[in-house]
Amino acid sequence: MSDSTAVEHGAEAGGHAHSEHPHYLLHHFESVEQQADASGFAMWLFLLTEVMFFSGLFVVYMIYRNWYYPAFVAGSHQLSVLLGGVNSVILITSSLTMALAVWFAERRKKNALLACLVTTLLLGIVFLGIKGLEYKEKFEKHHFPGATFSLESFVNPASDPVAVAAGDKPLPVDTAQRTELFFALYFAMTGMHALHMIIGMGLLVFIIYRARQGAYTTGHTQFVEYFGYYWHFVDIIWIFLFPLLYLINRH
Amino acid sequence: MSSTIVSLPDQSTARIPKDNYLTRENGILSWLLTRDHKRIGILYLISMTFFFFIGGALAGLIRLELLTPQSDLMAADTYNKVFTMHGVVMIFFFLVPSVPGALGNFFLPMMIGAKDLALPKMNLASWYLYMAGGLLTLWAMITGGVDTGWTFTTPLSTHYVNTNVITTGLAIFIAGFSSIFTGLNFIVTIHKMRAPGMTWFRLPLFVWANYAASILMVLGTPVLAVAIVLVALERAFGIGVFDPTKGGDPLLFQHLFWFYSHPAVYIMILPGMGVISEVISTFSRKRVFGYTAVAFSSVAIAVFGFFVWAHHMFIMGISNYAVLVFSLLTMLVAVPSAIKIFNWAFTLYKGSITFETPMIYAFGFMGLFTIGGMTGVFLGVSGTDIHLTETYFIVAHFHFVMVGGMLMAFLAGIHFWWPKMTGRMYPEKISQLAAVITFIGFNLTFFPQFILGTLGMPRRYASYPPEFQILNVFSTAGATILGVGYLLPVLYLVWSLKYGRIAGDNPWQATGLEWQTQSPPLTENFAVPPIMDHEAYDYEWLENQKAKEVASVG
Repeated sequence: MSDSTAVEHGAEAGGHAHSEHPHYLLHHFESVEQQADASGFAMWLFLLTEVMFFSGLFVVYMIYRNWYYPAFVAGSHQLSVLLGGVNSVILITSSLTMALAVWFAERRKKNALLACLVTTLLLGIVFLGIKGLEYKEKFEKHHFPGATFSLESFVNPASDPVAVAAGDKPLPVDTAQRTELFFALYFAMTGMHALHMIIGMGLLVFIIYRARQGAYTTGHTQFVEYFGYYWHFVDIIWIFLFPLLYLINRH
Repeated sequence: MSSTIVSLPDQSTARIPKDNYLTRENGILSWLLTRDHKRIGILYLISMTFFFFIGGALAGLIRLELLTPQSDLMAADTYNKVFTMHGVVMIFFFLVPSVPGALGNFFLPMMIGAKDLALPKMNLASWYLYMAGGLLTLWAMITGGVDTGWTFTTPLSTHYVNTNVITTGLAIFIAGFSSIFTGLNFIVTIHKMRAPGMTWFRLPLFVWANYAASILMVLGTPVLAVAIVLVALERAFGIGVFDPTKGGDPLLFQHLFWFYSHPAVYIMILPGMGVISEVISTFSRKRVFGYTAVAFSSVAIAVFGFFVWAHHMFIMGISNYAVLVFSLLTMLVAVPSAIKIFNWAFTLYKGSITFETPMIYAFGFMGLFTIGGMTGVFLGVSGTDIHLTETYFIVAHFHFVMVGGMLMAFLAGIHFWWPKMTGRMYPEKISQLAAVITFIGFNLTFFPQFILGTLGMPRRYASYPPEFQILNVFSTAGATILGVGYLLPVLYLVWSLKYGRIAGDNPWQATGLEWQTQSPPLTENFAVPPIMDHEAYDYEWLENQKAKEVASVG
């Protein structure tokens, strides 16, 4: 992949082969191609470290899901497939707008670039807003792990309309207690994902600010492009989280 | 037979080049905001020396407490905090960044003929993260400390202690990013920044070793990060992932932790092995025997290193079949390590060996690392492991690898490249003495601990039965000698900055590209971008170069 970006940039840079060094070429690189090649490779390596970070969480999830499957099913039934589904669509759409942003940056269309970046940011905010609503509901039902965690929805599903709708049977207390692990992982994994989104949105604000100054519409689009990789990565993590957390036993 | 290969310029006329990376810019800000890999290497060197002596002072306290069987110098829980801090500081703030941070930053770009690392800003950021992590650790230490051991074993760290676990964890998390940035930077640099003609199999073995270590840093460190995050969440919110009362499993923490921390010992040792390859070749005037095998053994260590982590848990209730598999894999790691040792030995064979200080350290490395590595096999065999684990045997084993191996390699590297870094030679006689003192002190300190371990003295206790005292007294005495061995280089290396003899470009007649430029180097490393037209360690090429120079001057 880094090679193909290099080729792409190589073709672009060929236009001003004999002109002055572009201002964004750092002193220690021989050429724009080498710089693009190196920084693109670095970005992919960085994403690899992110994959390893989330892999740790996925391993923990996989083990406990295998051990405590009934509790994970009951816990999963407490999550709203509708809200999760809407959020998935929102996030995929934001990836589309992000990809378009890169496309417009490469074609040096400043206003279209700005529009796409702002849309991406707004979609991110909506996603986090919906996520916040879901978290709020969990806190209210005492499904946040810790001292206040309540087993009511699992040992006595009749008391909880969500559990009734899912057709849950009452769980024995020791099984029901394991739902706490499900919610612990739910909060840890979606929380880590949300944290990555917040960091991404912080960067996005910076990029919008710089894009208004025309920084990315002069041919040097790398930063937008690499941010796009990051944004897609965060999106992909969600694509895994959604079925693993929301859709257990709902096929 | 000449007894030395050192060739210095005529001291009456030689001068340090006026324009070099040290003199190009001045002032404190030119250092703190520098993007020059050489200056960042120096920053790392100074700061990690600082952390080394903090960790060393803590080690001194440990040995002093163990002089007597009772817990008398400090209370038992203070002792716990002291050995925890010794471990945390030494591992995360000295051993992991030592060779890559100081020597790797400085020399890796020069060795491949590049002007700088691929991502200079990220390189500087890695030093700042390292400092932030280090200072936060010291903060945690002076505001109450942490007493879990450097392994943060659950459920001890999550449920049973009330010390600065989260602060220290955060510090390690931050330092982990520093390590990731360094590793990432090295990988990108080695792939994309090599000079024309510098093919993969012309790279110095130091570069190969750092490449392998970088892979481990990039793949392993994030897993440590997630383990630390989960411990912090467990402590802060009681999420139950490591809590048996909630269905969690404390052993899972060990899996995550050792998935990083076992490869981490290879992060620590591999760059050291790279240094040894350079030194052995230079001071026996021969190409490293079996270059390809040594290069690939680094990569093999990196790959195997990821599949042996569970040997830290043989007594902790993992399944017998897992023990079998991990035991086998652990013994397999000994193979590439042995390949290195044998190849270095064959490099020495019929070489013109001279005994300058770096070479003495390198010999020390070979002996001590071999002992450390072999005892590692004892611990990899589950039968003996059950007897020996959590005793002083294991303490001795990893100190032989880490201190006897890695620290010797680090000192070998510092002496070897000191003339290039500063433009001046260190004083030879006293540094040879320091190397010998270190070797003697080291053996006196840690060899008795093998015996203590087989006798069954457990690690991590402030007191012990009186019959173990004599060996502990030996060990403490050795630690004192070792301390002198480490203090001496600091003194004479600082002295040499002003009074050392002018080194010239290539005092060792070494073949690496870093020696084919002025000392100290220019900010951009090479006056003319180099083209690599010969194999690594090609001493004939070097002879021809010299002959050509003489001819052209004549």
